[in-house]
Amino acid sequence: MPSTNAYSASTPETKPQVTPGVTLAERGAKNTPNSTKLLVEDLNFYYGKFHALKNISMEIPANEVTAFIGPSGCGKSTLLRCFNRIHDLYPNMHTKGRLMLDGYDINDRSIDINLLRARVGMVFQRPTPFPMSVFDNIAFGVKLYERLPRREMEERVEWALRKAALWDEVKDKLRQSGQALSGGQQQRLCIARSIAVRPEVILLDEPTSALDPISTGYIEDLVNELKQDYTIVIVTHNMQQAARVSDMTAFMYLGELIEYDRTSKIFTQPRNKQTEDYITGRYG
Amino acid sequence: MSDSGRSETSSPLLSMSQQEGRALARHGLMDRLFKNGTGALAILVLVLLGGIMLSLLISSWPALVTYGGQFFTENRWAPNQQVFGALPAIYGTLITSLIAVVIAVPVSFGIAIFLTELCPAVLRRPLGVTVELLAGIPSIIYGMWGVLVLAPLLQWLSPTIFPTGTGLLTAGIILAVMIIPFITATVRDVMNTVPAVLRESAYGVGCTTWEVVRSVVLPSIRVGMVGGVILGLGRALGETMAVTFVIGNNLFFSATLTGQGTSIAALIATQFNESTGVQRSALLALGLILFLITFAVLACARLMLKRMQRRMP
Repeated sequence: MPSTNAYSASTPETKPQVTPGVTLAERGAKNTPNSTKLLVEDLNFYYGKFHALKNISMEIPANEVTAFIGPSGCGKSTLLRCFNRIHDLYPNMHTKGRLMLDGYDINDRSIDINLLRARVGMVFQRPTPFPMSVFDNIAFGVKLYERLPRREMEERVEWALRKAALWDEVKDKLRQSGQALSGGQQQRLCIARSIAVRPEVILLDEPTSALDPISTGYIEDLVNELKQDYTIVIVTHNMQQAARVSDMTAFMYLGELIEYDRTSKIFTQPRNKQTEDYITGRYG
Repeated sequence: MSDSGRSETSSPLLSMSQQEGRALARHGLMDRLFKNGTGALAILVLVLLGGIMLSLLISSWPALVTYGGQFFTENRWAPNQQVFGALPAIYGTLITSLIAVVIAVPVSFGIAIFLTELCPAVLRRPLGVTVELLAGIPSIIYGMWGVLVLAPLLQWLSPTIFPTGTGLLTAGIILAVMIIPFITATVRDVMNTVPAVLRESAYGVGCTTWEVVRSVVLPSIRVGMVGGVILGLGRALGETMAVTFVIGNNLFFSATLTGQGTSIAALIATQFNESTGVQRSALLALGLILFLITFAVLACARLMLKRMQRRMP
């Protein structure tokens, strides 16, 4: 089922400009800043009969950090999970509307779902190291789509771990189980794992909510650094975090996108009363 | 468990109203009763195990003393000549259980993987219930089915390999059918304990379902998998009725896979009622051996788990 290299399995003309294995420099050139990476048009999401997302439309710019904020249950994680169609794993969840990645509809039948997920990486609320060594945790995803000689694989793993600011802490423990690391290290391992397959978009679903302040700091620095190469979308409960790390902020409430603008604007002069109430703590 | 028999003396507490003191004493009494009561139940298990082991040992002693090492090396069981060799029965027990596990493990894993990872939601419940129903079928029914259906079928398929249809392989197949539901149910249950988010993150790096199962789900549940297989193996080793029906009850040792043979449980079941004296003692010694084999299997499983956990905590 996974097509070898093409983003789209059946239509060769919609072949992606980017195939796994392309260098970051080439990829960066394509992601001109402020171009739209993800385009959402009238997106609706249903959990069975429950209408969880209502007519969401937004443009998520390339090489920037976009934060989704809002009270619990507002649909921000649901929206995030639409971007790599992870909801497809479950019956009776479905979407209506369009979701475009680089101008291609990701819900199109010709899209290879596994390849989509390799291009749109995801990091979850709780760290989820695989039951294998630190090295294999990173190499595993890479091996799915690329056949690298040993030497290059080692370089790739080191590169990913360095990017995730974890290399110095684990370079002597590469053969140990990834599940034996501390919580903060595990989360950075998961980020390294996502980076290693060289996705274009990284989705972070409350990545620091289970971590202590120091690990949180690491990960926020990391997000800042990673946006040079990737488009990042982060869901967070922590408004200070959104203000610190993001360029764009979307405020959601009860399945609707209330306000979406530059972060500086949202936090200093929100247009909407609800947004203002939420960010000033007068939640309502 | 170990310190449960100990009774505690509470020190008198001075600065306290009488009412509080009484309440506290009452709670203390309940606590002690609870602790000692459950402790006694736990010890009962040990006593039972020890008692069974001891009575087996005592009653099989005459045979063990009379035949000694020969009991294990003699290749036939001929009561009318007073020759008792455990070899054919031990061989039959081990080989039929081995055949059963070799057949049942891949099938069970396949079913469990389908049920947890691939099965459409509508089918999941009916299939799951069916598996559980299979586990509940009494073994005598499997025995009759083996004689009436499986043995003739094998005989029809290959009369040269199965002249009568019965034999060690037939017994192994029946045992496999019997333990598949056990292994399947256990493996399915432990697979369901793998957190959804771990699966999601594996799919999230672009895995196919096969890759998720092979590299993430199964390695996460190694302990549970071993548990399921051992559960099935334990059942296969001791299964009596179904095996007696189809194993052929040949009391002479022959090192074949398909030929007729016997197993410890089948041999005991067919001869115990009419046995006296040294024959009965020899049958009890067989029982002791079966007990020890099952014990050894469990011990091996524990050891394996320990090693696995050490390799990858």
